[in-house]
Amino acid sequence: MCLAIPGKIESVNLQYDDTVRMAKVSFGGITKEASLEMLPDAHVGDYVLVHVGVAISKVNEQEANKTFDYLEEIGDLGELEDVDEYLPKKEGR
Amino acid sequence: MKYMKEYRDPQLAKKYLDEIKRTVTQDWTIMEVCGGQTHSLVKNGIIEMLPEQITMIHGPGCPVCVTPLNLIDKAIHLALDKNVILCSFGDMLRVPGSRMNLLEAKAKGADIRVLYSPLEAVKIAEENPEQDVVFFAVGFETTAPANALSVIHAHRKGLSNYSILASHVLVPPAMKAVINDEENQIDGFLAAGHVCTIMGNAEYYPLSEQHGVPIVVTGFEPLDVLQGILMVLRQLEADKTGVENQYSRIVKEEGNTEAQKMIFEVFEVKDQMWRGIGEIPDSGFALKDKYQAFDATKKYNVEIEEAPEHPDCISGQIMKGIKKPYECSQFGKKCKPTNPLGAPMVSSEGACAAYYHFSGLAEK
Ligand code: SF4
Repeated sequence: MCLAIPGKIESVNLQYDDTVRMAKVSFGGITKEASLEMLPDAHVGDYVLVHVGVAISKVNEQEANKTFDYLEEIGDLGELEDVDEYLPKKEGR
Repeated sequence: MKYMKEYRDPQLAKKYLDEIKRTVTQDWTIMEVCGGQTHSLVKNGIIEMLPEQITMIHGPGCPVCVTPLNLIDKAIHLALDKNVILCSFGDMLRVPGSRMNLLEAKAKGADIRVLYSPLEAVKIAEENPEQDVVFFAVGFETTAPANALSVIHAHRKGLSNYSILASHVLVPPAMKAVINDEENQIDGFLAAGHVCTIMGNAEYYPLSEQHGVPIVVTGFEPLDVLQGILMVLRQLEADKTGVENQYSRIVKEEGNTEAQKMIFEVFEVKDQMWRGIGEIPDSGFALKDKYQAFDATKKYNVEIEEAPEHPDCISGQIMKGIKKPYECSQFGKKCKPTNPLGAPMVSSEGACAAYYHFSGLAEK
């Protein structure tokens, strides 16, 4: 029940007598509505984490690479010479 | 942008496992707090792949599992005996109450609706002015803003037929209770990433310092949990304790301050009963006086006698990480996801259900 999944904001509209910003968020094919009330600075094109119909966080693009860079950063510990072949392609970094 | 499937890359997972093996020199016990992480660890076979020096124990992090039995009985009572449309998240439906579960109440004619979001419950209340709508608002800090928001919306619209049956549980006080339990030996924690998304990391610094345990705020994909384990391990092996954030693509140090505002507009902290564990001080949310009219327990004032748990169910020890599901005499025998005796067998984030589905330990 604590599932929260990231998706991309496709459009934003106003509801509840224009007091509430709602977004259409696409999760790889499925589109669902999510409230943007907790993310005033989220806009079309942003990736957001959605939980029970509410967007709770923007995915931070710079930070998103850290999991892939972490092993390289601590690479001085061991022989990680072939780490590159396991890393996803670097485009978009 | 990398946002989901990239964190499931098996090759990179192997790199992480190799690095974990290279780093470990002695026995360590690490608790993952959140049921979503338990699910990920068991489902992806990570537990078996870790070096044997590392023991993962599974924490109390499943709100469905810790919602008090008495509150489930209350929800069933409201749905059956009052003119109430009871709305709930799907995974509450098969959690055993003392006489029946919500699904069985539905079969007996109760109007019980499974919703994806509490905001839908407000719409239902608006569309059915002649009926009362109660939302069964369970959840951790992650879910509290959405539940609070439903109350704010209902308040704004002046709806008098909407209320919530709240069972909110807070994670850091539970971590403290688990550390202080003498039967437990925990060397380090993976903290629940989505809880921190809302509340930030501040509460973990004193916890880490006072108890001398590394705490790493961790996500849910296989690479997230592996990186989290490696980060805890590196601290342990270097004899350090501190708070680190593995899940920085989602979790900001200060959390989501808008969401916090929403929560504390509606709720205040109170002591809370955890099913299987008992009362933990300051570990829940109650509606503030201003929003009392939306509190289902006050509105209906139902007193329901406390009922005992199934005598064979050791869910309390499971949720405190003292025992593993397969150590329960009923695991996979009388207790199965189709016929759960205790809550951890119900939700896919409950430790018993995760082991049942994925570990191959249960005879199906
Ligand atoms: S296997 Fe079933 S009976 Fe045993 S602890 Fe888990 S939920 Fe309770």
